[in-house]
Amino acid sequence: MAQGHSFSGFPAPQGLYHPRHEHDACGVGFVANIEGKKSHEIVMKGVQILINLTHRGACGCDPQTGDGAGILIQIPHAFFDRECARLGFSLPAPGEYGVGMVFLPVDPQERLLCEGILEKAAKEQGLSVLGWRDTPINGNTIGRLARNTQPYIEQIFIRRGRDMDQDALERKLYIVRKQAENLVAQSEMKEKDLFYVPSLSSRTIVYKGLLLAPQITHFYKELSDPDVTSGLCLVHQRFSTNTFPSWKLAHPYRYICHNGEINTLRGNMNWMHARQSVLASPLFGEDIKKLLPIIQPGGSDSAMLDNAVELLTLAGRSLPHVMSMLIPEAWDHDPTMPEDVKAFYEYHASLMEPWDGPAAVAFTDGRVIGAKLDRNGLRPGRYLVTNDGLVVMASEAGVLPIKPETVRMKGRLAPGRMLLVDTEQKRLIPDEEVKQQLANRRPYAQWVKENQITLDDLPNPNRVQPTDHETILMRQRAFGYTDEDLKTILLPSALQAQEPVGSMGIDTPLACLSDQPQLLFNYFKQAFAQVTNPAIDPIREELVMSLNSYIGREGNILEETPKNCHTLKLRHPIISNWRLEKIRRVSWGDFLATTLSTLFRVDGGEQELEKAVEALCRRASLAIRNGYTLLILSDRGVDAEYAPIPSLLALSAVHNHLIREKTRNQVALIVESGEPREVMHFALLLGYGASAVNPYLAIETLENLYRDGAFPADYTWDKVFKNYMKSVDKGLLKVFSKMGISTLQSYQGAQIFEAIGLNRSIIDRYFTGTPSRIEGVSMEVLAREALMKHAFALQHASESAWELRVGGEYQYRVFGERHLLNPMTVSKLQHAVRQNKFETFEEFAKIVNQQNRDHLMLRGLLELRAAGPAVPLEDVEPASEIVKRFATGAMSFGSISKEAHETLAIAMNRIGAKSNTGEGGEDEARFLPDANGDLRRSAIKQVASARFGVTTTYLVNSDDLQIKIAQGAKPGEGGQLPGHKVDEVIARIRHSIPGVGLISPPPHHDIYSIEDLAQLIHDLKNANPRARISVKLVAEAGVGTVAAGVAKAHADVILISGYDGGTGASPISSIRHAGIPWELGLSETQQVLVLNDLRSRVRLQVDGKLQTGRDVAIAALLGAEEFGFSTAPLISMGCIMMRKCHLNTCPVGIATQDPDLRKKFTGQPEHVINYFFFVAEDLRRIMAELGFRTVNEMVGRVDCLIQRQDVDHWKAKGIDLSAVLHDPPVPSHIGRRNLIEQDHGLQDALDCKIIEMTQEALENRTPVTLSLPIRNIHRTVGTMLSGEIARRYGSAGLPDDTIRIHFTGCAGQSFGAFLAKGVTLTLEGDANDYVGKGLSGGRLIIYHSRRSEFVPEENILIGNVCLYGATSGEAFFGGMAGERFAVRNSGATAVVEGVGDHGCEYMTNGLVVVLGDTGRNFAAGMTGGVAYVLDRKGDFGAVRCNRTEVDLEPVTEQADADKLFELISRHAEYTNSPQAKWILDNWEATLPKFVKVFPHEYKRVLGIPRVSAELIASHRQKSSGDRVIHG
Amino acid sequence: MGKITGFKEYTRETPARRPVEERVNDYFEVYLPFDNDKVRTQAARCMDCGIPFCHTGCPVNNIIPDWNDLVYRDQWKDAIRVLHSTNNFPEFTGRICPAPCEAACVLGINEPPVTIKLIEKSIADRAWSEGWIRPEPPETRLSQRVAVVGSGPAGLAAAQQLNRAGYWVTVFEKADRVGGLLRYGIPDFKMEKTILDRRIEQMLAEGVVFQTKSYVGQNVPVEDLRKEFDAILLTGGAEAPRDLKVPGRDLKGIHFAMEFLPQQNKKIAGDEVPNQILATGKHVVIIGGGDTGADCLGTCHRQKAKSITQFEIMPMPPLERAPSTPWPLWPLQLRTESSHEEGGLRDWAVGTTSFTSDGKGNVKKLHAIRVGPPPAFEPIPGSEFALDADLVLLALGFTGPVRKGMLEQLGVHLDARGNVATNGRYMSSVPGVFAAGDMRRGQSLVVWAISEGRAAAQAVAEYLRTENSAK
Repeated sequence: MAQGHSFSGFPAPQGLYHPRHEHDACGVGFVANIEGKKSHEIVMKGVQILINLTHRGACGCDPQTGDGAGILIQIPHAFFDRECARLGFSLPAPGEYGVGMVFLPVDPQERLLCEGILEKAAKEQGLSVLGWRDTPINGNTIGRLARNTQPYIEQIFIRRGRDMDQDALERKLYIVRKQAENLVAQSEMKEKDLFYVPSLSSRTIVYKGLLLAPQITHFYKELSDPDVTSGLCLVHQRFSTNTFPSWKLAHPYRYICHNGEINTLRGNMNWMHARQSVLASPLFGEDIKKLLPIIQPGGSDSAMLDNAVELLTLAGRSLPHVMSMLIPEAWDHDPTMPEDVKAFYEYHASLMEPWDGPAAVAFTDGRVIGAKLDRNGLRPGRYLVTNDGLVVMASEAGVLPIKPETVRMKGRLAPGRMLLVDTEQKRLIPDEEVKQQLANRRPYAQWVKENQITLDDLPNPNRVQPTDHETILMRQRAFGYTDEDLKTILLPSALQAQEPVGSMGIDTPLACLSDQPQLLFNYFKQAFAQVTNPAIDPIREELVMSLNSYIGREGNILEETPKNCHTLKLRHPIISNWRLEKIRRVSWGDFLATTLSTLFRVDGGEQELEKAVEALCRRASLAIRNGYTLLILSDRGVDAEYAPIPSLLALSAVHNHLIREKTRNQVALIVESGEPREVMHFALLLGYGASAVNPYLAIETLENLYRDGAFPADYTWDKVFKNYMKSVDKGLLKVFSKMGISTLQSYQGAQIFEAIGLNRSIIDRYFTGTPSRIEGVSMEVLAREALMKHAFALQHASESAWELRVGGEYQYRVFGERHLLNPMTVSKLQHAVRQNKFETFEEFAKIVNQQNRDHLMLRGLLELRAAGPAVPLEDVEPASEIVKRFATGAMSFGSISKEAHETLAIAMNRIGAKSNTGEGGEDEARFLPDANGDLRRSAIKQVASARFGVTTTYLVNSDDLQIKIAQGAKPGEGGQLPGHKVDEVIARIRHSIPGVGLISPPPHHDIYSIEDLAQLIHDLKNANPRARISVKLVAEAGVGTVAAGVAKAHADVILISGYDGGTGASPISSIRHAGIPWELGLSETQQVLVLNDLRSRVRLQVDGKLQTGRDVAIAALLGAEEFGFSTAPLISMGCIMMRKCHLNTCPVGIATQDPDLRKKFTGQPEHVINYFFFVAEDLRRIMAELGFRTVNEMVGRVDCLIQRQDVDHWKAKGIDLSAVLHDPPVPSHIGRRNLIEQDHGLQDALDCKIIEMTQEALENRTPVTLSLPIRNIHRTVGTMLSGEIARRYGSAGLPDDTIRIHFTGCAGQSFGAFLAKGVTLTLEGDANDYVGKGLSGGRLIIYHSRRSEFVPEENILIGNVCLYGATSGEAFFGGMAGERFAVRNSGATAVVEGVGDHGCEYMTNGLVVVLGDTGRNFAAGMTGGVAYVLDRKGDFGAVRCNRTEVDLEPVTEQADADKLFELISRHAEYTNSPQAKWILDNWEATLPKFVKVFPHEYKRVLGIPRVSAELIASHRQKSSGDRVIHG
Repeated sequence: MGKITGFKEYTRETPARRPVEERVNDYFEVYLPFDNDKVRTQAARCMDCGIPFCHTGCPVNNIIPDWNDLVYRDQWKDAIRVLHSTNNFPEFTGRICPAPCEAACVLGINEPPVTIKLIEKSIADRAWSEGWIRPEPPETRLSQRVAVVGSGPAGLAAAQQLNRAGYWVTVFEKADRVGGLLRYGIPDFKMEKTILDRRIEQMLAEGVVFQTKSYVGQNVPVEDLRKEFDAILLTGGAEAPRDLKVPGRDLKGIHFAMEFLPQQNKKIAGDEVPNQILATGKHVVIIGGGDTGADCLGTCHRQKAKSITQFEIMPMPPLERAPSTPWPLWPLQLRTESSHEEGGLRDWAVGTTSFTSDGKGNVKKLHAIRVGPPPAFEPIPGSEFALDADLVLLALGFTGPVRKGMLEQLGVHLDARGNVATNGRYMSSVPGVFAAGDMRRGQSLVVWAISEGRAAAQAVAEYLRTENSAK
């Protein structure tokens, strides 16, 4: 085991690694008998489910050690009764004793100590210990790594006290456990980390460990004992992002097991911590103190959620109640939800912020068992109920063999919904009933009405702070406003009501390296979701988003009283002066506001800031003691003597101070500041705990601009103000959503940022818990920056040429911020490559390197150190070899012109390097060489969220398949190509319609977690087994841990992108404020992969404004094997950093589709080739000096980098790069670069067999028909076969029906993915997620088993995200599909009998017919294609369809009707669908009930006018009755 | 900002020059007025680049995209504010600058560049005519005094900056009028002197003291300056002309350009100029193909010379930008000034070998030979020729400042090229003595002089601030 590991499994924080970044995702499931009948069979079925979910787990470097697996069952009394008797003690009746499953230290002394502690704690609670039992285990059945860290496992039996009912016993056992945990944690034992109590309950027991699913019954031998019986069984198979052995992180926990992650954990933890001070419950009395801390530190997100569930449940709420409170569904904007249920949620929103995150949680207290999805529904959950009372729920269908004729119903967990089995009531309780019961518990609606107010309810203030035009310039200067803030941020925001857009990334120094006085905000970078959880689309999926927040003193969450919702509800966190005054003068109930000044005296020097902050904290405490509940932190009043404390510092200092003081939940903090003006500023203030922000100076500045006539004549001041507010609101939602967070409430205080360049004393004291890994500036520097701004503010106008500083962040300005790319570097580089003069390149490189040394980039702070004696230049591997490691970045044809795109491809192909398609597909004409031998094919084919042009043919014509998880310039965001840019050619290649806009969703809809990524990698590898699969990540704190997960998911290459990478179009706040430099991300990735012994399995690539040989050398030494470049090759081709890519006006013909401008393109492949050879040559010289002969020798040699000691810059001198240069102390046999290939396990694929059996068809096009059974472990069926077809026949494929395969059973994930033309797959049974993903011309037919007796269209047939990114082909589904059916469909035709939420989202082409109900948000972001929906209930238009992009029309055209009839006829024929037959039989009556969903843009392009809604209504009148459901 | 597609929609248009036959009869400026709306259209061609190369191509770093945008949006008053923030005298540079900004203009890569110079001039002219340019005296006065020696563009820019910052500034000028090169070097047909006068008036109103006919080192002792002023800024230009040391150079009728040009300016200003050197009725040869040569050429046209020939020792430059000077560098290419349009013969790769006289000590003929390319300028045997020359004007550039007198007396060190050596903050080897403009960097453009004057003013102010606090 590596040095530094603790028994908890995780290494201590070191270098850039921190255990807090660990993630996991998993397969979950349960099986239960509805009537609670106990049997051994239930346990065995649970184990069987676990085994059938094995592929959802993962194993790391040791293939025998899994990430963890476990089961939870009811206490098998009969078994324990028998066994304990043998041990010499007898058990009382069931329910009168508790059993603890206990992990103990291996050291006998320490084990005894722990046992003693538990026994003592039990006695103190009036319980008696009956005895201990060694749990019989077989350590030989598990992996080496698991064995090395295996605890000693025992069971403890504890008898209840006198007159204790079972609930009381449960509470006592809870106290016992918490107390023992605390005592052990405080002890000095060496192995105390091994102590862990998986369960201690009179109802349930948990068997878990660092196991692979199939090992569980061998390890815990008693699970096979027939006396081990249970009425329910909860199971979990874990996939974590690391290989560190941790027994306790296996699920299930005591009440839940969880698939997904909690994004908002930091905030939830902080708020829970704050709540502890007022926790009280008559059920616990004084003992409640023993439960603290409620949230056990060091646990995973799931463990912490379990801690919260446990407390709330044992304090008296029912488990469904607790789950609804912690993970509420999206209730704000749901028109279908009853008002009293909404009131239930609204009441609880006042009590607690949501634990937000993609989550499927299965839960049980031993009596009820159920599962719930979060509001977004981003994890799969499928269930079935049999006629004999068995309920099976799991992340997949098909986990247990069940006879189809015994199945009563098949369903799926829907977003926000709950599946609940009550074994005491002996029934399955429908979601609506659960929610209604909860709503009926108390008069929530009345409570809310009487106790909650909004700002509108407050009386109008007498007086509002007026705008002071006289002093505005002075104040703007004091708060660091620049010309650009006005011109580039405020003005466009208020003009367009959205965040301004920019391009070409960022090339200015980090705040901690800049010469300019910075805002404290600029020292922070936004974190974002990648891989382990998905970003959300805040526009298209607005229904889950919320900006509501609740201000007020928080009460005791264990109580349920009207007082708990005595809150002030804010609909927007950014408030006007008027609204602020209302708050300031509030006099209602508990509410009382006071204003604390956040200014500091300038004459006290640089020490004064810290003193002022400390004094502020003291005043905040005093205000709380004096009964104030609203603290307004105000920096009004800046003058000659007073400068503002940076608003974020003031806020966060008070926030963290009050958390430490445990009074944080007694007050709300409101910021009244002249400083915040852009979205990032507001996000930071909210993220560090502000309830509301009043940006008075931003408002005044706008007013000033308005007064000066900066806005068009038709803009009123009201419009300007509202637009600005709207742009901030939208921007905030985008910032939350890129982290996968939907609500402001759970974002508040969640601190989802990384600081770069703030020293430890600032972080520890004022930004507790925020990652900050390279040290940096001190409070004195922050003070100096504030004082510099203040001095400038006081400077007389005539003394300075400038009214405001120019800025120069977004555009180069001589007097502004420095840029890596400036007139000098750009022209030198162009001169070098055009004249093919290495000397000029050397001049260029020298300037760039010197700029970096002058602290423009972090890498400039590093010095290279020789590994040994210098070697002769000729001994260094030739440049022609080195360039093969180079790649150009992902730039789509669409973002750049055809000429530029192909020039790059030709250049890279000529030198054996790789160009990248970007996400816009590629013209098939480019797959074949030109007459002169040039190949215009991009070696790297990108697979991005929109899947534009991702066909099987595209996939097979690649060397690398790159899954773009995120992009440096806008991680966590989607994109949009406006219709005017989509010309004929682009439309053809992207399989869309010319003139129709295209939306790229923020997430890949088939990657919501790490196990999903593993599946996509598997899919792509099947499609093209010869290609390397590469995964592109963006640097952020924790990227190393994500990369470890990606390596375990079998990526061959991992690309770490710096935040500074270019872009064709991004919101400029994202360009500047999201992500971190690659130096940090790469180094962290290298360290974590090495620590996990995963480094040798993957190749690492890096990109982000690499320019010179020195840049490459540093990247290699930090661990990269391959290097990506985009900006520099673009400049070589003529780019002059116009930064207008998003406007289509590139004057040198690169980033434009304008035919006139494209003619101006003068780039040549030679220019690009020259550049890359120059870089290689430059690198060779460095290698020779350092003593390296090959790049391979350099990779990861971080010992050859040292931090420069000669840096004297006032800010940069505080930076400490030792974490970046950390070399994990692992044994030498652990590889530090790619040495072995990933095992993709393709040889086991069913397709291998199928390809063998269809050779005739593949070779000679002879039709072949097969019939095969299928199971859920057969994943990605048909894909490898399709790859073979595409390789041979291109996208033309084979003649229709050449290969026909009939399957029976339950298909695994990605059934028929990328299915090629000529293949028809028929499946009788059901299928899991991603059916027909990327369908490329094939035909899919799926219907329920012919033996099933339920109504097909009401039962779930296929999983989520089916037909995602389909480009052509047909699909007929004789049953219901899950969420996001046909998302991003761009050409397939499909018939289905019902779909979940978000159907046809982002669809751009193709045809979808839904012969039944749809979920909510149908057609969101649908810009092309057509859907027909049978609107049986008549509520489709009103509540189910998102009509932003589409018109709804009756089917009036005969051609439409004919087409529909034909499709339904074929559907009936293929699937034998009763629904289809009924419709056909009643065609005249049903046709009027069909709604044609017709996107506006598509209509506009077709030249069809829009229709009014009345027409549809009138048309419906003509229709008659509905189909009478049979059975 | 601006018009996003302006550069695609509009073509470059500059003001026409008055007809040659008309303008050679007077000394008024050669350009016709240009409608402000047309200027706005020209401004719309600006692409508001991510890296505005014009902004660094311009020695004063004019924030060109910003004022282009303001002009396009008809916000002229804001435009002059932004323009003045980097350039004290845009009405000068807008007339006489060769516009390196336009050579660096990104649009110039593949289209005619934006008419930056025209826009600059238009902004300044409009601002003057609207009365937006007013004296801006400092609100508070500091105690320290600064002497600026030389009232050319560098001196004026520095004086205005320092004065506005509150220092007491006295400008010493050896000539009878203020302006230096602007006054006596630039012919009126390029910039009429009222343009200069109104600026001087503004500066006077702001409180700058001008002391003319004060030749420091001659009639003003250096020691007085050292005593009376807290800092001295030398902006005396690079007035030592490069001579042509060939046989016959001493003949009458051979003059340096700067002997010739000022006389005409004085004349126009209404002064008596006894024994004025005139080209009238003469065969004139101008040696030197640069701007000064062109100024001589235009003046000779106006004086009605019989014939004018202009020689340049360098080979004829290409008609388009030479490959050796790719964008955004200052292009090597043939330039045709207004004076060239007006007539005369230009000849390249010509080396003058001697002058011969008419026997009365006056120059009569010029003897020359064709030469090869630089740096050797190898004479080509057999290519000798001679031509009539009654007046020869030497416009061969300048070798640096005049060293005798003030510089010697101050004892400032000179650099290798004979200019005043300074540290990074414009201070010479003598503490408190600063230098800027041509005196520091050698012969250069007016715009460089302004740039240096501004930067030196900042350095002087910083020096005085620290000096003050040290006291």
